[in-house]
Amino acid sequence: MSATAEKAELDREFTELYRLHLRDVYSYSYYRVGNHHDAEDLTEQTFLQAYRHFARALAESNGRPLRPWLIRIAHNLAANYHRDRSRRPQTNLEDAGVISAPHETEDLVEGREELTAVLRGVAGLPDDRREALIMRFAIGMDNREIARALGRSEGATKVLIHRAIRQLEAQLETEKEVGDE
Amino acid sequence: MSEVERMLRGALVPVEPSMALSERLERRLSELTDAAVGELAEFDPSALRDPRRWARLVAAGIVAGTAGGALVLVRARQKQRRREAQGLRALQRGMREVSADMRHRLRR
Repeated sequence: MSATAEKAELDREFTELYRLHLRDVYSYSYYRVGNHHDAEDLTEQTFLQAYRHFARALAESNGRPLRPWLIRIAHNLAANYHRDRSRRPQTNLEDAGVISAPHETEDLVEGREELTAVLRGVAGLPDDRREALIMRFAIGMDNREIARALGRSEGATKVLIHRAIRQLEAQLETEKEVGDE
Repeated sequence: MSEVERMLRGALVPVEPSMALSERLERRLSELTDAAVGELAEFDPSALRDPRRWARLVAAGIVAGTAGGALVLVRARQKQRRREAQGLRALQRGMREVSADMRHRLRR
């Protein structure tokens, strides 16, 4: 196959990856940065970076799905984003860990307190636990995919998610008790 | 599924990217694809002097043209779907804006 044809085949495969996972990358980015504007920037940067390194990633994937690789790129870019923001003196640090959800009006009214408490709880978790929960619940990744995205073993990832859920549960329980008093 | 997992599933819902993002991204990716294909085509000028390779070049050009246009096809398909969903999306977007505004007010 000529170099041009190989490139064309690569582009076709990348197009498929983009089509399948645009929403995943966007959702992950959104829950990492908490606003649509920066989530769009992160998503764009993720795909442009992915395009540049796609041939190598494909060759090294041995046929495994590339979604964890894509999310790992978004994860690294989000980490850079938060690092840059924390260095800027004009940044409001209180906003850095805030997650806002794009729910519709009636959801907001009906389950507003529960929703707010869960999102606040997720935002307050340690970084690795928060990211694992976003990958699991917002994107629907399984333990194996999350492990690959975070560069951990499957066992360690299972423990990480279990502890994240337990910590969140304890936080919500404490908030409820305080609220009841 | 535990209660907290149910709550997490309800809170961390997938988020649809905007049409503007899809279009901007697809345009940029198409530009990159075209540039890369163009560079490859220019990379081997000796091929043009060898008639035995013309057939291969034409075939490669057709494949490249087809795949290079794959993003354009995706865009066209998405536009079609968007046209169908435009009314609903406009409504959803409006509701999202209202909910964002409400959230903002509630935080104050």
